[in-house]
Amino acid sequence: MVETITANNIVALAPMYLFRWEEPQQAYILLYPEGIVKLNETGAAILKYCDSTHTVEEIITKLSEIYTTDVSESVYKFLEVSYAKGWIRIKP
Amino acid sequence: MPKDGSELNLESLELSSGSSELTLDGLGIPMWLTLEMTYRCPLQCPWCSNPLDFDKFKNELTTEEWKKVLVDGRKMGALQLGFTGGEPMLRDDIEELVAYADELGYYTNLITSGIGLTPNRLQVLKNAGLKQIQLSIQASDRELNHKLVGVDVFDQKMAVAENIKAQGFPMVLNIPICKQNIDQTRSMLEMAERLEVEYIEFANIQYYNWALLNREEFMPSREQLVAAEEIVKEYRQRLGNKMQIYFVIPDYYDDRPKACMNGWGNIHLTIGPDGTALPCQEARVIKGLEFPNVREQSLDWIWNNSPVFNAYRGDDWMKEPCKSCDEKEDDHGGCRCQAFLLTGDATNADPVCSKSPMHNVVESCVANTASPHRVERPLVFRKKGAITTDFLDRSS
Repeated sequence: MVETITANNIVALAPMYLFRWEEPQQAYILLYPEGIVKLNETGAAILKYCDSTHTVEEIITKLSEIYTTDVSESVYKFLEVSYAKGWIRIKP
Repeated sequence: MPKDGSELNLESLELSSGSSELTLDGLGIPMWLTLEMTYRCPLQCPWCSNPLDFDKFKNELTTEEWKKVLVDGRKMGALQLGFTGGEPMLRDDIEELVAYADELGYYTNLITSGIGLTPNRLQVLKNAGLKQIQLSIQASDRELNHKLVGVDVFDQKMAVAENIKAQGFPMVLNIPICKQNIDQTRSMLEMAERLEVEYIEFANIQYYNWALLNREEFMPSREQLVAAEEIVKEYRQRLGNKMQIYFVIPDYYDDRPKACMNGWGNIHLTIGPDGTALPCQEARVIKGLEFPNVREQSLDWIWNNSPVFNAYRGDDWMKEPCKSCDEKEDDHGGCRCQAFLLTGDATNADPVCSKSPMHNVVESCVANTASPHRVERPLVFRKKGAITTDFLDRSS
């Protein structure tokens, strides 16, 4: 069921999801019908770029500027999980 | 609404180590706030989670009192907000409260039978910032739906479902599941697909309050459950992430209890129509607890300091077999209300657990349901006068 995310896919947050910083939690959160996801720093950093303007490749480039380790595998893994859960969409 | 404590979907995604791992972490904040706006309801569902003496709760909080709850809850970090009941649309201030809550930063959910949700009110709710609607449906055809809720409302519900989608709301179709409707799993999935809902929740009835009165009549057979799960699996495979399908099994058929509410007083706070603060919607069933009220105490004190919210918090209250169980972090000993209702002591292990010395009460109930010698009984509908609680020794 998990579709493969490819480098030139443009990804966007699914319309019913709300992504924002939450002060009491000191974390980025994702809100959706009857659900809350508290994201860690890396997850939040990736989701910030899921704004229907960046390709996966561009997201990896952006994050490579922040993190010194190779982020590529983590980004793909996170996006695949996010896609399977319906948090993000691939722009046609 | 049936109790569905096992479906909270609260996750923290850890990706730092390169692997994705899902854990629960609420930091002790009441992230989930449920407002039972009223116990009045046009339906008569025989599995209703409202108290048996629902008609005695007349002094509902005013609009201003609800607003104070919203402000105080948000200050404490509440995020998800459910407007439920009874039927919340029987209040004429839902639109005003949704707008107020949206401004405060809540994710607002309306949990409704759909009755009273006119196109006009839907439009106002959309403008007020309502995020999603959970609509209950009880069958895939009019006749069975009528028989199950005591009122002929199926066509009305279908029209409401279409109006909800036309307004662009994400929608959860909530279907309380019992022996009488579980064989419609396929046709209900077809209905959900046709309506283009984002989520469908098969919420097997959990046995408290009205549902407990009707338990033996509602309990599906193991064969029915297995068949329904097969169909759900088939649809999940076919639909992928187009529609999320939740299937909450009746915990009587599990051998481990549900992590009810993710633990007592952990992330969940419910306020009843009269301002009573509850760790869950059923908590009033536990005798001997004096529930605090937002009319008398601050929400902060209620959550952090009140004896009720601390009664079964953490694991200090546990007895064996929970106390030394290596799974206690996962399921918190199950459901306190169920432990009380089935064993007479809320500090016992939830008897759904096969490690509970009283597990036989659950096993014998399941066996009785399947017995060819069982004598069928009529369903008791939730309506005033259907039963009397006058001779019960209860605190509410």
